[in-house]
Amino acid sequence: MSFLRHGYVTGPIIGALWMLVAGFTVAVVMSFSTGEAFRPVGWACLVWGALTWLSTIPAAGRVGPILAGLVLLAATLLGLGPIVIGPEVGTIGAVIGGIVLAVSAVWPLRIMLKGLPLGTTTRHAFEDAVIRFLTGAGYVIFTALVAIPFYVMVMTSLKNQQQLVQNPLDFSIDLSRGLDLFSSYIELFGQFNFGSYLWTSFYVSVLTVFITLLFSVPGAYAVARLRFTGRTLFSRSILLIYMVPMIVLALPIYIAFSMTGLRNTITGIVMIYPVTTIPVALYMLQGYFRGLPAEVEEAGLMDGLTRLRVIWKITLPLSLPALASVSLYVFMIAWNEFLLAFMLLDDPSKFTLTRGVAMLNSSEIPRQHLMAGAVIATVPIMALFLGLERFMTKGLTAGAVKG
Amino acid sequence: MTELTPPRGHGPLARREARLAWGLLLPTILSVSLVVVLPLLSIFWISFKPIGLADLRPTAPVVREDLRDAGEPTQYVRYRLQNRSQDTPITDVVLTDVLPEGLTPGTLPQECTLDGAALRCEVDLLEPSSRLTLELPVTFDTGFDAEALEDAIEDETEALATGRADNILTNTEFTLENFARIFDDDEFLTVLWATVFYTVVGTVGALVVGLFAALLLNKSFKGQGVLRGLYLFPYVAPVIAVAFTWVILLDPFSGSANALLIQMGLVDAPINFFGDRPLALIMVTVFEIWRYFPLSFLFILARMQSIDTDMYEAADMDGATPFQQFWYLSVPQLLGILSVLFLLRFIWTFNKFDDIFLLTGGNAGTRTLTVNVYEQAFAVSNIGAGAAVAVVVFCVLLVFSVFFLKYVSQEEGL
Repeated sequence: MSFLRHGYVTGPIIGALWMLVAGFTVAVVMSFSTGEAFRPVGWACLVWGALTWLSTIPAAGRVGPILAGLVLLAATLLGLGPIVIGPEVGTIGAVIGGIVLAVSAVWPLRIMLKGLPLGTTTRHAFEDAVIRFLTGAGYVIFTALVAIPFYVMVMTSLKNQQQLVQNPLDFSIDLSRGLDLFSSYIELFGQFNFGSYLWTSFYVSVLTVFITLLFSVPGAYAVARLRFTGRTLFSRSILLIYMVPMIVLALPIYIAFSMTGLRNTITGIVMIYPVTTIPVALYMLQGYFRGLPAEVEEAGLMDGLTRLRVIWKITLPLSLPALASVSLYVFMIAWNEFLLAFMLLDDPSKFTLTRGVAMLNSSEIPRQHLMAGAVIATVPIMALFLGLERFMTKGLTAGAVKG
Repeated sequence: MTELTPPRGHGPLARREARLAWGLLLPTILSVSLVVVLPLLSIFWISFKPIGLADLRPTAPVVREDLRDAGEPTQYVRYRLQNRSQDTPITDVVLTDVLPEGLTPGTLPQECTLDGAALRCEVDLLEPSSRLTLELPVTFDTGFDAEALEDAIEDETEALATGRADNILTNTEFTLENFARIFDDDEFLTVLWATVFYTVVGTVGALVVGLFAALLLNKSFKGQGVLRGLYLFPYVAPVIAVAFTWVILLDPFSGSANALLIQMGLVDAPINFFGDRPLALIMVTVFEIWRYFPLSFLFILARMQSIDTDMYEAADMDGATPFQQFWYLSVPQLLGILSVLFLLRFIWTFNKFDDIFLLTGGNAGTRTLTVNVYEQAFAVSNIGAGAAVAVVVFCVLLVFSVFFLKYVSQEEGL
């Protein structure tokens, strides 16, 4: 391995690998945003990347990177660069693609290889360079992998059938269509009753949050504060309940609901959702209650409050942040719940949002409608998540027992 | 003088506290046992029963009533009793109806008695998929409108039929056929393999990717918060939304991913990502990793940020390289949270149903045990076999939970 630890070996290798990452990323991004042909060439990426390393060596000075960028741009436009741009791409598109490629190849590489001497390097400097490369590549790859599906989801929902068939890669938005851009949404709300599904999902989720808190707050308090035989057993079995998969329970629940006529009713859904969230809420809350100072409550008890008044007047106000986290987390579970809604609801007038989106998955319904449904289901929970990220991440961390 | 000892047993205060505790826990215990423990027991019961989806509707006689030969002297009210079940006889069938005013019944069928306007017919036995027709000759009294009477007979008072039938859910007929069927199934080994692959690779993959993401974000820079929020998206978004997006993105005929791959010259023909073995299994596992790495990432990041930075400075001074620092300092510190996460994710990946169901519906070799529960119960309409698979799932989980309690409860301090 030690032969790797020379600046003139490490540098070109990192340069080549980075050019591969940059080339593919730029090609994908340009393809997805214009729908036109940007084709990365693997071996050209490697060669050009290795050559780009020259621009980062101290002898190249400040002019080196600029020169390298210009050479890359020119090579790309001539069709010899790391990315081959299709002949049908306009000049402006090609120039933009070339510039993006040149900048994203040269500038980060310069940062990565900073401090890497030309000759033999220490292990420290070598690993630093490798880590900077991995970090840069990691940011690019992770962001692309996470963002692309969501980007495709939103953009597909804004297209019409004809555009989608014509070029499935073209995700650019044709602003001249005006309101017609949102035709899928208009149709979903107009003909497919999505307004009512949205409302059903909303009130089912809110009811679930309230019922869950109503049950789990006293339970969590008892487990966290009161002494009784079987306390350890209880707090363990709460966790174990979570290990039972929903599909195993869904079968008997389906049978019982079929026989009692609760299937196909919102009442049935509201009865069943909280039970799936009570254990995790109880587990999260008892952890928090344990962290509260018991002395405050004892002071309350000494002053003549009953236990229940202590919970109401002292514990609950102190645990408002935890309650917010738990509520958000439970809301998210109820909002995203699919299996039970899918199995128990058949009547389109009673669908929750997830069940409504599942209904759109048929060959007769165009897929921009399906994607618009997915966007409608995602946007509220995302807005809530981004708005209250602090509580949400806390809830996610504490509620890890739930998948 | 006797030796002083601490009080033994439970004093009245302790008892009162325990009573309060149980009182506070009671609603939870009741609801959870109703929805979790009871169904679990019933799953065991059902798994030994020969029961199909159609048996869920209890067997009961169906009755239809109409007026035949209306207006003629031979007109009669016809009751048609039917047992729609294919194999269960109904005994002690009782039909009741109220005759409207203005109707004079003729000779009653021998099964029937009339008390005022109330008609009651008793039939001892209704064979499976058989019908029985009872005819009651009637004459209309003068002064009553014939059409109104006909409506009254057919619509106003509905004839009711009750009967006793053996209910497959509650009788004492048991069978091992369900288990024999699922274990004998040619697909069973495939199912097992898919489950093991999906669970192990999915769990390890989500952990490793999560660890990598946490390493990326374990430094403060501008936009760190934004990236952290972005990386949580896959986990927070509804599964149905992201699963359908993947399906559409990777569609072999009109998906953008295939169009991109072809345009880049990486493949010649479109790839059927969710339709070909063994690619489909790999893809659902990749989806699992993509969707759940945020969770591991969040936990590992939280643990990383609580590690003391002094240690790294000291290691730096001593000449430890970055990889050495990671391997000898960070990894041991993270081992606890990693093992807890591994166990939790392992169990939850094993339990996962929605994702595969939405992506492939369990086709192309992606049917895991949990998907098999659904497949047997609803696609093949054999509730008993579905329950048998569920019992297998549950037994495997029992083994896991022993490990879980042993390791996780130590970590979590329970």
